[in-house]
Amino acid sequence: ITFLTLHFLSSPAIQIRFILIQNRAGKTRLAKWYMQFDDDEKQKLIEEVHAVVTVRDAKHTNFVEVRLYACLSCLQFRNFKIIYRRYAGLYFCICVDVTDNNLAYLEGIHNFVEVLNEYFHNVCELDLVFNFYKVYTVVDEMFLAGEIRETSQTKVLKQLLMLQSLE
Amino acid sequence: MPAVSKGDGMRGLAVFISDIRNCKSKEAEIKRINKELANIRSKFKGDKALDGYSKKKYVCKLLFIFLLGHDIDFGHMEAVNLLSSNKYTEKQIGYLFISVLVNSNSDLISLINNAIKNDLSSRNPTFMNLALHCIANVGSREMAEAFAAEVPRILVAGDTMDSVKQSAALCLLRLNRTSPDLVLMGEWTARVVHLLNDQHLGVVTAATSLITTLAQKSPEDFKTSVSLAVARLSRIVSSASTDLQDYTYYFVAAPWLSVKLLRLLQCYPPPEDGAIRGRLTECLETILNKAQEPPKSKKVQHSNAKNAVLFEAISLIIHHDSEPTLLVRACNQLGQFLQHRETNLRYLALESMCTLASSEFSHEAVKTHIETVINALKSERDVSVRQRAVDLLYAMCDRSNAKQIVAEMLSYLETADYSIREEIVLKVAILAEKYAVDYTWYVDTILNLIRFAGDYVSDEVWYRVIQIVINRDEVQGYAAKTVFEALQAPACHENLVKVGGYILGEFGNLIAGDSRSSPLIQFDLLHSKFHLCSVPTRALLLSAYIKFINLFPEVKGTIQEVLRSDSQLRNADVELQQRAVEYLRLSSIASTDILATVLEEMPPFPERESSILAKLKRKKGPGNLHPDLDENRKERSANGGTADHSSTTSNAKVLLLSCCLLIRMTHCFLIVTVTSPKVAASPTPSTDLLGLGSTITTQNSAPPASKGTSLLVDVFSENIAAFPVETPVAVGPVADENFSRFVCKNNGVLYENQLLQIGLKSEFRQNLGRMYVFFGNKTSTQFMNFAASVPADPTVDGGAQLQQILNIECMSDFVDAPVLNIQFRYGGTLQNVAVKLPITLNKFFQPTEMTSQDFFQRWKQLGAPQQEVQKIFKAKHSMDTEVTKAKIMGFGAALLDGVDPNPSNFVGAGVIHTKTTQVGCLLRLEPNTQAQMYRLTLRTSRDTVSQRLCDLLSEQF
Repeated sequence: ITFLTLHFLSSPAIQIRFILIQNRAGKTRLAKWYMQFDDDEKQKLIEEVHAVVTVRDAKHTNFVEVRLYACLSCLQFRNFKIIYRRYAGLYFCICVDVTDNNLAYLEGIHNFVEVLNEYFHNVCELDLVFNFYKVYTVVDEMFLAGEIRETSQTKVLKQLLMLQSLE
Repeated sequence: MPAVSKGDGMRGLAVFISDIRNCKSKEAEIKRINKELANIRSKFKGDKALDGYSKKKYVCKLLFIFLLGHDIDFGHMEAVNLLSSNKYTEKQIGYLFISVLVNSNSDLISLINNAIKNDLSSRNPTFMNLALHCIANVGSREMAEAFAAEVPRILVAGDTMDSVKQSAALCLLRLNRTSPDLVLMGEWTARVVHLLNDQHLGVVTAATSLITTLAQKSPEDFKTSVSLAVARLSRIVSSASTDLQDYTYYFVAAPWLSVKLLRLLQCYPPPEDGAIRGRLTECLETILNKAQEPPKSKKVQHSNAKNAVLFEAISLIIHHDSEPTLLVRACNQLGQFLQHRETNLRYLALESMCTLASSEFSHEAVKTHIETVINALKSERDVSVRQRAVDLLYAMCDRSNAKQIVAEMLSYLETADYSIREEIVLKVAILAEKYAVDYTWYVDTILNLIRFAGDYVSDEVWYRVIQIVINRDEVQGYAAKTVFEALQAPACHENLVKVGGYILGEFGNLIAGDSRSSPLIQFDLLHSKFHLCSVPTRALLLSAYIKFINLFPEVKGTIQEVLRSDSQLRNADVELQQRAVEYLRLSSIASTDILATVLEEMPPFPERESSILAKLKRKKGPGNLHPDLDENRKERSANGGTADHSSTTSNAKVLLLSCCLLIRMTHCFLIVTVTSPKVAASPTPSTDLLGLGSTITTQNSAPPASKGTSLLVDVFSENIAAFPVETPVAVGPVADENFSRFVCKNNGVLYENQLLQIGLKSEFRQNLGRMYVFFGNKTSTQFMNFAASVPADPTVDGGAQLQQILNIECMSDFVDAPVLNIQFRYGGTLQNVAVKLPITLNKFFQPTEMTSQDFFQRWKQLGAPQQEVQKIFKAKHSMDTEVTKAKIMGFGAALLDGVDPNPSNFVGAGVIHTKTTQVGCLLRLEPNTQAQMYRLTLRTSRDTVSQRLCDLLSEQF
C-alpha cells in the first residue's frame, strides 16, 4: 500500500474519484475530477499516481491500492484503488473505492480507448494534446458525475459525429 | 468512420499549442505564455467587439494555459458570454471553461445559471445536455438551488430524448450527493424506479446508478426497484450474445449494466417474494454456468467483461449469505481462478475468497485451497497479490490448520517485502495466541517473529507475550529457557533483549539450577547486551537486575557494583540515573523480607485482550481521606515510566519513586518531598498499549498497609511526608466551575485558587480511562503533608491517592461524577479542596461510523418514547459549524456526514461502553440560526443514558 498524503472529502457514494491520462514522463493529457480538490492536491495526486503506476510491469495486476485521507476534519485514512491500463506511452487511470468492481472499470477504460481510437482515427498522444477540449466531450458522453453514463460505442460515436457536424 | 483532423476548427489554437510544444525550456514556455496572455488581454479589452469564433478561440487558449498549470485571472466573462451563443462549438467551449475553472464569483453565478436555465428550456437536446453536464460537473449549492426542481421534471417527462434522460439522471445524482436536502424525490420516486424498464439500455444504465445511490439513503422508498432490477438482469443474462447489439461488448451482454444491477441488489436483503427470489437465483446460477462455458473469444476483453459480472454476482451471493449451494459454487469458481494465468484474476480470486472464508457455509470449501494459497505466497511476483494471499491465509485460519499457516507465514516473513512485514507480524502474533493449544508453541512463535523481523515487532506484540507468560505457570520455565538460549546469539534484536530481560527477571530462578544458566551467567548474558540498547531497554534491564538481587542473593555484590558505577549513577538520562540510585539504595537498606515483598513476582494480568488499564478497586466511602492502601497498587511501565523531573522548574521537586514494571509496590508510591518550596508534578507519558504499566487489581496476599508505609519511610527516610497524616476532615463545597468545559475535551486546567492549580490530562478507551492529575503550588511556601484522594463513587471507580494517575472504569451508566479531595498544610493551616472530577458518561463513547441506511434503520428501531430524549435550547455560543463539529467529535460520537438530508444538521453515532453492557447511541442536532436555537435529540437503548447524554451535550452549545 502506498501512502498518499491528500485528503478526500467523505462522500461515500461517489464511484469514480478522478480519471487521469498521463504519459510515461508524467505529463498529464487529461485530468477529470469528480470531487472538489484544490490545485495543490490535484498536482500532488497527479504526481503520486504517476509514481505508483509507472513502476509496475506486465506481471503486476492492473490495480493499485492507495491510502488517502478520507476526510480532512476527522483525519481518517481510507483505502482507494487506482485501476489503470497502459496503451503505448499513455497510462489511463481511474480512481475508485476499494469495494468497486475492478474488471468493470478496467474494461470501462478499454471501451473509452476504443471510442477515442475510432473518433480520432488511430488515436495518438498528439490528438489528445491538440484536441483536449474534444476529449472532455468524449469523457462526458461516457462518464458523468463519477458514474458510467453510456457504454455503447455505436451510440457514443453516433452522438460525437452529430456534434462534430454542428457549427 | 468518424474522425477528426488535428486541430480542426481553431488554427490559432493549434499554432499556439505547437509553439508551446516547441519551447526548449520552462522559461521559454513561460515567455510564450505571457506573450499570449498579453495578446488575449488586449483583444478582450479592445474597442472592437470580438466575434464568437475569436472569443471561443481565446477562451480555449486560456483554458489550455490553465491546464498547463498557470493561473488564469481573466476571461471568465467572455466564457460566460459564449454560453449564450447559439452555436454549439462556442457554447461547448464556454461550458468547458466554466466546468474546469469553477469560480464562486457570485456576479457570474447568476449569469451562468441564467444561461443554463435558457438551455434547459431550449428543447434542443444538444444544448440541454451541455447544460446538464455543466451542472453535473460543477454541482455547486447555487446550482442545486436553481435546478433541483427542474432536473427531475426533465428526467421523467415523456418527450425527453433518451440521451438527455441519461444526463438528467446522473445530474440529479450529483445534486443529490452535494445537496441532498434540496433534491426531494417524493413525487418522482415511482417514475424514477420505472426507468429500470426503459427501452434504452443507456437510460437504464444511468438510472441504475441514480437509483442505487437513492436506495442507499432511503432503502424503504426504493424497494420496488428490487423486482424490476431482477427482471432486467434476468433478461440480460438469458439473452443470446448478440441480442443486445449495441450493448454487447466482446460477446458479453451489457456487462456494465449487469454489474450495476447486481450492485443495486446489494442494497437489499434477499427478496422475500419467492418468485423474485427464484428468478434471481436462476440469474446467479446462469452467470456461474457461463463461467464454465468455453470462451466465445480469446480476447482478454471478453473474459474481463464476463468476469466483471461474475465477481459482482459472487459479491451479491456473499452479501446474501443464505444459499449454501451458491456459496460453495462461487468458492469452487474462485478456486479455479487461483491458478489462472492472468494475474488480475488470481488477485481478485484471493480477495473475494477472503470474504467467503467468513461465511459458515463456505469456510470449509475455502480451506481446501490452502496449498494453492501458500504457493501464491511463495511465487507471486506482485506484492499486492502476495498481500492478498496473506489476508486469505489469515481469514481461513482455524484450529485445524493454524500450525501450518503460522509456520508458512513465519517462513515467508524472512523474505517478505518491507511494506507488509509489520502486518504479517501482527497477524502471526494474533493467530499464534488465538489458536495456541500449548503455549510453548506460542512462545516459540513470538521469539521467531522477533528473530526474523524484530524491527517490525511492535510493542503490543512483545507486551503480549510477557502477559501470557506471566499468566500461565506451565510455560514460565520453558520461556525462561528459550529466551536464555535465544539471547546467546551474538547479534540479537533489542526486542529480544526486552523480552529476555523481563522474563529472566521474573523467572530466571526456574533455570538457575542448571549450571549452564547459573544466576551469574544469566546476569552476564543480559549485561553483555546492555550497552548496545536504547534507554527504555536499559531501564528495563536495570529493573531486571534488582529483581535478580531478590532472586539470587549470590549476585547481589556484582549487581550493586554495576549500579554503583559512574555510567549508571551519573548517567545523563534522568530515568536511568534515578533507577540506579533507587535500586542501589533499596538493595543496600532493605532487608531480604522487604526486598522479597517489593520485588515479588508479578501477579497475573487481568485476562483482557489489549487492555490498557485495569480496574482500581473502590474505596470505602466518601469523606474518608485515608488512602485505602490495601486496595491500591501502582505500577508504571518501564517504557512509560520516564518521569521527566528535569523539566519541572528548578525550585520544584517531587520525587517520584520510579517504580517500574518489574517492581510491585504494595501501596501508593508517590511521595512528596518537602525539601523545596514548590510542589509540582511531571507527566508520565504512557506508551503501553496492553496494560503492562497499568494498575493491578488487588491481590488478597497484599501485606498490611502499615507495613507498606513503613517500608517506604524506611527506604526514603529523608524529608519524607508520607500520608496519611491528618485525620479526616469534613469536605467543604465541591468546586465544579470548570466541569462542563471538560465534557468535550480531555485536557486543561480543572481548578485554580491562590494556592493551588490542578491540571488534567486524560484518555479513555471503551469502559476504561486514565487520568493524569497535576498539582501546582502557586505560592513560594511549601505545602506540607500533601494528600489527594477520590472517594468511592457508586458507578465510576476512581483510585490512587496523589497527583499522578487515576485509573477509571465505568461499571454502568451514571450521573454523578467522583469528587477529588485534596488536603495539605500551608503555613500551619490545614487546607481542604474538593473538586468534581470531569468524568462524564460520554467519556466512554466509542465512535461508530455507519451508512445512512444503517443509521435510519437503527433510528427507527430506537423509536420507543422512553428511548428518545429531546431538548430545545437557546444557543449560548456563536453557532459556528466547525466548532459544533469539533464539539460533537470531542463528545465522543462519530460525526456522520451525508446522513441527514439537511446538511446543516449534525448527526452522530457511538456506543457507550460500561463494564456490563454497551449502549448504542444516536444523536441529531438541528441548529436554527435565525432563532439562535438548537434542537437536540438523543436515542439510545437506555432511557437514563439518553437523558444524561442529552443533559451533558446540550450544555455545550
